[in-house]
Amino acid sequence: MGIYLPIAELSVNMLVILGMGWAVGFLSGMFGVGGGFLITPLLIFYNIPPAIAVATGANQVVASSVSGVLAHVKKGTLDFKLGTVLLTGGIFGSTIGVFVFSLLRNVGQLDLVVSLLYVGLLGTVGGLMLMESVRAWRRAAGGQAPSLRKPGQHNWIHRLPLKMRFRTSKLFVSVIPVIGLGAGIGFLASIMGVGGGFIMVPALIYLLKVPTNVVIGTSLFQIIFVAAYTTIVHAATNQTVDIVLAFLLMVGGVAGAQYGAKAGQRLRGEQLRALLALMVLMVAGRLAVDLFVPPASPYSLATMGGL
Amino acid sequence: MRRFLPVLLLFFWIENVHAQDANAPESFQIGLSTNRVAISSDFSGADLTIFGALDNADQVLARQGRYDIVVVLEGPARPVTVRKKTRVLGVWINTQSQSFTSVPMSYAVATTRPMQDITQPVMYQRLALGSENIFMRAVEEEQQRNPEKVAEFTAALRQQKRATGLYNERIGGVQFLSPSLFRATLSLAPNVPVGTHRARAFLFRNGVFVKETSAQLTIVKAGLEQRIYRTAQDNGLLFGLAAVLLAIITGWLGRMIFKRD
Repeated sequence: MGIYLPIAELSVNMLVILGMGWAVGFLSGMFGVGGGFLITPLLIFYNIPPAIAVATGANQVVASSVSGVLAHVKKGTLDFKLGTVLLTGGIFGSTIGVFVFSLLRNVGQLDLVVSLLYVGLLGTVGGLMLMESVRAWRRAAGGQAPSLRKPGQHNWIHRLPLKMRFRTSKLFVSVIPVIGLGAGIGFLASIMGVGGGFIMVPALIYLLKVPTNVVIGTSLFQIIFVAAYTTIVHAATNQTVDIVLAFLLMVGGVAGAQYGAKAGQRLRGEQLRALLALMVLMVAGRLAVDLFVPPASPYSLATMGGL
Repeated sequence: MRRFLPVLLLFFWIENVHAQDANAPESFQIGLSTNRVAISSDFSGADLTIFGALDNADQVLARQGRYDIVVVLEGPARPVTVRKKTRVLGVWINTQSQSFTSVPMSYAVATTRPMQDITQPVMYQRLALGSENIFMRAVEEEQQRNPEKVAEFTAALRQQKRATGLYNERIGGVQFLSPSLFRATLSLAPNVPVGTHRARAFLFRNGVFVKETSAQLTIVKAGLEQRIYRTAQDNGLLFGLAAVLLAIITGWLGRMIFKRD
């Protein structure tokens, strides 16, 4: 069933896109991530121009994050104050990111930078997560209780000035690393078309020592705004948001997420993290192969004043 | 799915009372009844049919099939940059590029016979006819400084355009339905650019170029697609807000429909 994408200016199979959305939604529901880091590479593999894949991916992340955050609002596992400070930085980072995105596109290095960022970040995060989950798995098998938060332990982050109290997270930290983290992820979000949950979640846990139960809700909350902002800025400056493509992905995604969440409940935390890590590494590997394998043709065309 | 976009004929019968002018007696016209073709949501390439009339042709030559017609549909011209990847530390990176100021986005050709059988290559070059001969203007100073590079990238540009089907050729795409009536069938690629296209027909007699005629055709996206595209181009901010609103509603509705807690 073909459908013409008005912005990407090509025809795609509607069922493939819906299925892609469903599969990513399933995985994101299972692991509690936005799924942007899977959607964008999948779209690129499906021959959607990277510029459109990135901007449209950001749009789809808004839908999946809204869907996910509602549950956390209800359960109260969301730190609004921390989320707001994070997103202040996020908006700032995203603005710079969209500017860099346009610049890279004009000099013809966007595809390369997007691929390199994906390979580097997914490879690192996936590798670390895999090691951590295997260790936790072993510990659990050995009968020890895993503990991520070690009270009383302070690192350099806690010596910075401008401290602020976050009640829900039971934290008293400087706003500098919080805003910096938000900005860094906002920057990546706009270049890679991701929400940044796969970086935000570990960073909140390991760097800021935020309690695990509020991490996902808070991360999702700030992602909604950063991804929404990224979508709007991309639409306004690069005209690369394909609303038809995004809508198909969203519909597939929100449906898939519900089934994924049910499947996720049957697995233990460290098993889930190990699976997610393997998946992240697979995506990184696939993108890395494309960087090194000789292309079918070394030449490519870029039309100015259009796409 | 390939469909026929029926572009009806509209004859321009030229009254020619002075029969048999020795130099160019033939009158030669193509016509389109519609000058707009709309691309709808299920568009995946199509055939475009153009009708034309050849009058006052030499009957003897016509019977022998010595008249040849080449019809081209040339898409709007835009600036294009061609980039070349080379291997740097094992990774394929765009390292060289060449900009062209004006390149037809698409170029579909239909002919009565294979192009090399119709006339000499020199003639095609003079007429700038055929995807090999369209003039692609490179950025001026580069043309003078490094002509070999421009030639290499020009060849790559034509090759890429042909590979994506935007430049295509249909041998036998022009058929005579009667001694004076002909039909040209051109292929529109799935990613045919929107904008003003120019249909041009070239008449050859015994391998000699006789005359050219042209007509204009506008390709637009159909109703909804066009509106989405125009809004995105003209009003990006509003478009972005709408996209976000749609995402919020979809996410929220999804949550309501599949309530699980």
